This record gives sequence, structure tokens and C-alpha cells, in this order.
Amino acid sequence: MFDGLQEILYTLRQNKLRTLLTAFGVFWGIFMLILLLGFGRGMQNGVMDDFGSDVLDFIIVWGGDTSVAYRGMGLARHIQLGQADIEAIKNQIPGVRIISGESSTSNGKVTFEGKNSNAGIHGIPDEYFKIKEDVPFNFGRKPNQLDVDEIRKVVVIGTVVAERLFEPGVDPVGQEVGVKDVVMTVTGVFYDKGNRGGNSEQVFMPLSTYRKLYGSGERIDMIWLRPESGVDGFELEKNVLELVKRRHSVAPDDNRGIRSFNMAMPAKRVNGLFTGITVFIWFVGLGTLTAGIVGISNIMIITVKERTREIGIRKALGATPFSIVSTLLLESALVTSVAGYMGLVFGVGLLELIAFGLRSAGAKLPYFMNPEVDFQVAITAILLLIVVGILAGLMPAVRAAKITPIEAMRAE
Amino acid sequence: MIRLSDIHKYYRSGEQSLHVLKGIDLHIQEGELVSIMGSSGSGKSTLLNILGVLDSYDQGSYALAGHSVTNLRETQAAHLRNKFLGFVFQSFNLLPFKNAAENVALPLYYQGVGRKERNYRAEQYLEMVGLSDRKHFMPNQLSGGQKQRVAIARALVCKPKVILADEPTGALDSRTTQEIMSLFKEVHRLGNTIIIVTHEPDVANQTHRQIYLKDGRVTTADQVHLQHEAVAI
Ligand SMILES: Nc1ncnc2c1ncn2[C@@H]1O[C@H](COP(=O)(O)OP(=O)(O)OP(=O)(O)O)[C@@H](O)[C@H]1O
Ligand SMILES: [Mg+2]
Repeated sequence: MFDGLQEILYTLRQNKLRTLLTAFGVFWGIFMLILLLGFGRGMQNGVMDDFGSDVLDFIIVWGGDTSVAYRGMGLARHIQLGQADIEAIKNQIPGVRIISGESSTSNGKVTFEGKNSNAGIHGIPDEYFKIKEDVPFNFGRKPNQLDVDEIRKVVVIGTVVAERLFEPGVDPVGQEVGVKDVVMTVTGVFYDKGNRGGNSEQVFMPLSTYRKLYGSGERIDMIWLRPESGVDGFELEKNVLELVKRRHSVAPDDNRGIRSFNMAMPAKRVNGLFTGITVFIWFVGLGTLTAGIVGISNIMIITVKERTREIGIRKALGATPFSIVSTLLLESALVTSVAGYMGLVFGVGLLELIAFGLRSAGAKLPYFMNPEVDFQVAITAILLLIVVGILAGLMPAVRAAKITPIEAMRAE
Repeated sequence: MIRLSDIHKYYRSGEQSLHVLKGIDLHIQEGELVSIMGSSGSGKSTLLNILGVLDSYDQGSYALAGHSVTNLRETQAAHLRNKFLGFVFQSFNLLPFKNAAENVALPLYYQGVGRKERNYRAEQYLEMVGLSDRKHFMPNQLSGGQKQRVAIARALVCKPKVILADEPTGALDSRTTQEIMSLFKEVHRLGNTIIIVTHEPDVANQTHRQIYLKDGRVTTADQVHLQHEAVAI
């Protein structure tokens, strides 16, 4: 066996051009496939990144000004949502996984030792950060039920606010800051990359605290929802809007009175885009692979043809058909797998290099990030090439091994 | 050693069928040095290839060293060739990408002999044919006579019972022809059975028995001599 391998390596070395051509075909096929898959994944990662920390299925509902006269009431009536709306939704509409009300002031002053920063001020219940479950907390903790129950004067602040108030190196957690002139303790710092950093220019405190400080009573400015898994977000949004409109006597066709935003909408568009990208990649990838397969098959057929005379001589010297066929096939498997592996290594290497370059340069290409490869796909592709290479060689090899040596030697 | 009876061979190409050997009866004993003569197209190479289990025949029977050579599978044929037979071709048939020593060692590879032993034996036989200083030369760096000597070394390396040579001197000048013939005679003295196909009476005269083929049949020497003379006159 080892001797046979040596014999094969020797033959390959003595036929450098043929070996190189075969190897290069396989190498190139795998190399291109890897690059393609990598870039496709890079695009997906880039688009995904643009969504920030938002989960992809949340729905927001908030009140606006009516634009359709209804039941004797005029236009431009401002609709104020309240805690009762949340309870009604909880009780009457199935399929809600999480619901959370939020009261907010778009602009408030936050101060610390003479420094100050503007920020959106939000009062939130405990559930709120379940909707933003991917938001990373750099320091400290999320607000919890105790904070709400005890009406604690605590806040979590976004990184943008934290950077403006605190010197680098100072741990904001535990510090006392002024929020609209009320002293409160910082319990956590979060980073939400949505809105190009705008989502981190915010301050959150327990809803109970907010209501007490600002006297907002049962008023709610925004309702956040997430559907249970398997529930259609669009259907849920429709049901919620219907209910809330009914409760506030807003015309069913009035889109301004009660407004909403459903993340499933852009998510759906992006999913469509992903499907497009994936289909494209597979199309081109399979094309590349097919080209590689055809190349290998051709080279194998030509190789065997070209070597018919050699096969005849070897048979005259006592080579059995089995040794002829197995040698030819092992040869092709060896070339294919080594070349395929090289293609894999170089392809992944180049992708890593690009990823590293992007990361270290801090460059941010639009819609491109972290190119990477699905290893299983890559290995499958190589195995496929090897198997096809062997199958392609099998037919002519068996034929060459079957004919009498004299016929083989006569071939030219 | 070799016993042929009533061997027929046809070459078929499409509809047409060419009857090349028309009933050959032949008996060659162990240790004989035999030549096969005959005009071009008389079927000499065809006969030799059948003797060498390189080609099939259509009718008759053939026994080589007690083994029946009828309807053999390729694998069995390969073993017979490897064990009993050594070939020398007019066109040398060396593998162009292997050097002299490696060409000589190749039959041993198919016998499963280890690399070291192969190289050692190959060098021995190259020395015997007087080419030990050329063992690393590639075939295209060797003269015709040298190539044929490499081919003979390769035919001998497995110590076969029978050596078959198809016009081994056909591509060589008269001096080189003489060198090669001396080599064959030396090998013959070692006890090998040797069968040489040739056109050259000089070569045939150095063998102990001449077999003449005419029109696919073995004829007696006298008849052919008469014919030769008739043509000469
Ligand atoms: N592969 C083949 N297909 C068809 N016909 C063939 C084939 N090989 C040989 N022949 C025919 O068989 C006949 C005998 O051929 P062969 O090669 O045995 O002759 P030969 O005696 O060796 O001739 P030469 O002295 O020229 O080598 C010739 O008529 C040749 O045309
Ligand atoms: Mg001939």
C-alpha cells in the first residue's frame, strides 16, 4: 500500500503539467466557491448588523391625532393611550408573548458633577427589556421588578449618555446623577446600536418611579408587543389596532389616530433579500462546482486515454486490471483531495485576511461584515469533487484495464 | 514448455473478418532458442502475442508450462505474464518518465517485491546488459541499442521461463544487432527458452531452430528456402 502510494506520487511528479492542470482546476473551483459563500455570508451579516439590537418581531402602537370624523367627533382629536389599553389587550387578544407600556419624555437633562447631557427619559415596566432582549449591558444590571415595586429612584443609562457624563475609567454604576433635577442612582449601562447610536442616547427608570415623579398617572405613550412564536405578527397587529381603535372611538380606517410600526415588515423584506442572495450564491456556486466537475471528468478521461499505451506496457509486465484501476483512481483521488484542500485553505485564508483587515482598519463597508464559510458546505463540495473525479475516471480506467495489452499498446 | 494446437485467429473490423492464423501447431521445449521467420503480414507478431498471452485467439488450444491458456481472465493472464514471460519489443516500450533502473524494476513491483530488493536486482540486470553506468538515464537519453538492452534487462528481471522478442533488432544497425544477439545467447545459456521474431536471416541463423510462417500456417524450412531461391532468381 505504501509502496503503491510512492509509485503514484512518483508518477504524479513525473507528469507535472498534467498533475498541475488537474489540481488547478479543482483548486480554483473550491477556492471560488469558498470566496462566494464567504462573501454571501458577509453580506448577510452586514444586513443583519444594520438591525441593531432589535428583535425582528416587535410591534409598537402609539396614539396620534384622528384624521377621520367618527361618531360625531371631529378631526384632530389627540388620542392618549393608558394602562387600561394594555390590560384590555392582555385579556382579549390571544397570541401576545410580551406586552409592555412605556411612558417617555423626548428630551430631558441628565447631570453629573457639572457635566450634563440631553437624553430621552423613559419609564418602563420590568418586561420592557424582554422586548430588547439582545441589548448588551456593559456594566451593571437591567431594571427589575423590585425597582418597580418599591418605586426606587434608579436609572439605567445608554452609553452615549454615560460617555458625556463620566470621565473614561469611572464606573457609572452606583453613581448618583440628576435626571430632570431629581437625584437617582445608576444601576446599569447599556449599549443599543440601533438608530446609529441614537438608541443609546436614552435613560430608563421604573415606570412606577416615572409616574410618581412626573405625575403621568395611568398614561402610556407607547405599547410594545411581541407575538408568541408561531403567531403571525401582522395578524396580531391588526387585532390590536382594531381593539384599541374601538376603545378610543377611532374610525377603523383612520391610520393617524392610532399608529403602529411592525418590525416584521422590514424583516420580511430583508428575509426576501436573504433568500435572493442565497439563491444567487447557490446558483453561481453550483455553476462553479459543475465547471469543476466537468473539468475533472475531462482530465480523467484524457489522462486515461493518453496513458492507454502505458497501461498496455504495464499489463505486459504483469499488472493486474485491479492494480491498474486502483492506481488510476487513487491518483485522481489524491490530486483532487489535496488540491481541494488547498483551495479550502487559501479561500478561508483570504476571507480571514479580509475580515481581519476590515476589523483592524475599523472600516465599515455598507452591508458587508465578517465574511465566513459554512465548513460543512465546503467539505461536502470537496467530497463531491473527489467522488465525481473517481467516477469520471472509473469508466475509462476499467475499459483500459479490460482490453488486451496488445490493443492498449497499439493505441497512440 | 509451449504447446500450440490448431490455433486460429481472426481480426474483425466491422463486417469484415481477416483470418490471420489458420491452424498453427507448434511445440517448443524448455531451453530452446527459436526464431520465427516469414514475410511481412504473415502473422508472426500475431502468433508471438498469443504466445505471450498479450492477445486472445479464436480457436485451438495453448498450454504454457503446463497451464492451459484458454479463456483466461485478465487477472490470471497478468499473473502468467508476470511469472513466466518476458517481452522485448521492436519499439522497446520503455516508460518514458522512468529512468533505466526504474524501468527494469517495474515488473518486480507487480510481483510485490520491496523497493530495496527491486533496486538491487534492477542494478544487477543492468550490469549484466552492460549499462550499470547508465542506470539513471531516462529512455530519451539512451541510444536504440541501449534502450533495447534496458528492455532485455527488464524482460529478464523476473527470471521468466520464456523470453519473447518481436523483431528486437529491427531498429538497430548490424553491429548493435550482433551485441544484442550475443546477449540473447548468453541469456539462453542460463537456461531460458527464447523465441525471436525476425526478418533477418543473420539473426535467424544464430538460433537453433527456425520456424517459417506463410499465410498463417507453419511451413517447413525447405519449402520456404525453395521459395526464397525462386524469388532470388
Ligand atoms: N489489430 C489488427 N486489426 C486488424 N488486422 C490486423 C491487426 N493486427 C494485424 N492485422 C493483420 O494481420 C496480419 C498479420 O499481422 P502481423 O502483425 O502478425 O504480421 P507480421 O508477420 O508481424 O508482419 P511484420 O513482419 O510486418 O511485422 C496482417 O495482414 C495485418 O494487416
Ligand atoms: Mg510484426
